[in-house]
Amino acid sequence: MIELLQEELFQLALVAALLVGLCAPAVGTFIVQRRLALLGDGIGHVALTGVALGFLTGTTPVLTAVLVSIAGAVAIELVRARGRTSGDVALALLFYGGIAGGVMLMAIAPGGSNAKLNSYLFGAIASVTREDIVVIAALALAVIGVVVVFGRELFVLCQDEEMARASGLPVRFLSLLVAVTAALTVVIAMRVVGLLLVSALMVIPVATSQQLTRGFRATMALAMLFGVLASVGGLLASTLSAKVPPGAAIVLLALAGFVLALGVGKFVRRSRTQESTMSERPRVQVKEVA
Amino acid sequence: MSETAFAMTGGQVTFDGKPILRGVDLTVRPGEVVALLGANGSGKSTLVRALLGLTPLSGGQTLLYGTPPARFRDWWRIGYVPQRLQVGGGVPATVGEVVASGRIARQSRLRRTSQADRAAVAEALEAVRLSDRAGDPVQSLSGGQQQRVLIARALAGQPDTYVMDEPTAGVDAGTQQLLADTLAGLVRGGKTVVLVVHELGPLEPIITRGVVIREGRVAHDGRPPRPEGECARPGHEHVHPHAAETTAGPLTGWQGDPR
Repeated sequence: MIELLQEELFQLALVAALLVGLCAPAVGTFIVQRRLALLGDGIGHVALTGVALGFLTGTTPVLTAVLVSIAGAVAIELVRARGRTSGDVALALLFYGGIAGGVMLMAIAPGGSNAKLNSYLFGAIASVTREDIVVIAALALAVIGVVVVFGRELFVLCQDEEMARASGLPVRFLSLLVAVTAALTVVIAMRVVGLLLVSALMVIPVATSQQLTRGFRATMALAMLFGVLASVGGLLASTLSAKVPPGAAIVLLALAGFVLALGVGKFVRRSRTQESTMSERPRVQVKEVA
Repeated sequence: MSETAFAMTGGQVTFDGKPILRGVDLTVRPGEVVALLGANGSGKSTLVRALLGLTPLSGGQTLLYGTPPARFRDWWRIGYVPQRLQVGGGVPATVGEVVASGRIARQSRLRRTSQADRAAVAEALEAVRLSDRAGDPVQSLSGGQQQRVLIARALAGQPDTYVMDEPTAGVDAGTQQLLADTLAGLVRGGKTVVLVVHELGPLEPIITRGVVIREGRVAHDGRPPRPEGECARPGHEHVHPHAAETTAGPLTGWQGDPR
């Protein structure tokens, strides 16, 4: 293990896993609160076209993926905001187009192959380069920055959009911000867990965390911890045997955590009800919003 | 010209071709306590939403403190209490967090939560007697308690005008009285209140003006209706259509009363 830690390749992978583990659940908390748990999946599908476009044009696939998934996220948000039932179908069409477009472009791209496609669909954390890490770190910084600066407003928006409007918040801008931040997160996570499993890291840690917490801030903080544990843990697990794919190991670990939290959560809630009926808590506790 | 909190002239709202508001004129001046009354489907909820600019008008215009909603900037002056608490997609939020979000219109993006924010939130929680529940998830509260959270959220923002959509619907008598006492305190402090109610109940003494909406129009505007006879009995089930025909009124003493 010590030797492994000294290998640059592994160090890069570790940094990537850490950043993804932090970012995905942070954005995921807002997305789950907003009942858009599948947004990440949608963007993931669209991002595939972006990756293929990168191969076709000879640009870094991560960069083209950023551009295309932001465009896709904005499109999804616009359809959502119009709120018509046909929106469902429009989104589905967009997702199919994303996958099919990606496969097609990849096939005609010089040097494009199914193996390369697979590394984006299912992740290839071992092939992360220094250049990738720079991009991933910059995107991660942007994502965390959005959460820190806009967290309070996003909480109101995701809790109750009408309330946000009646508070004078820039609802359209904030909605687009959520979508774009999700798109950035998808791109960060695609090298680690793959586009098909990206959404898992945005949703599972949040679902796990909310079994145990009472508040929004606490849910987000714990989800980020679970996210890091799963992504780093999965990466370490994959070093045990060459047969273990890291992306799948990360997601399965996260799911195992969720199942565990379900059980623990039941226990915690039961002891809490006893506590609150047995003892009064006169202490005024005011938590600020994320 | 004196300041108006709300000024709607000829307000029309149409949903999918169906007219909901058919030309409403309504001016609310600071310090007034206005009850919007009317049967289900009469358009009173749509009216409050239109007053706030949450529902766009298809005709006429409405002003918030003299400014159209789209260009209104002083949102801290308005405290909106919606009908129901939205709990989001299952992510828990504590009572304290939700009430603190009422400060959002007073907070700037990069400033951290201030002492004044904390004090206002603590005071709002105290006013609705939920201080001891501040750390509990709102999802675990009863309907009446959630209603109190919504009111506390508006209180925390310390607005000039409160707009409440059926704050007394489905809450127990204790919460209704608590709300009445809280509102009485606000009114003494010169605040403006516009509320949609089904029946006045314990709120009756503080209402200064009753506006009855019928089929998307103002059917009565003046002294608040006083319940009489059967309707005045405590615990009376309100089953008749509100302000139906002029002949049908147990609500007498106000109809045709010129303001």
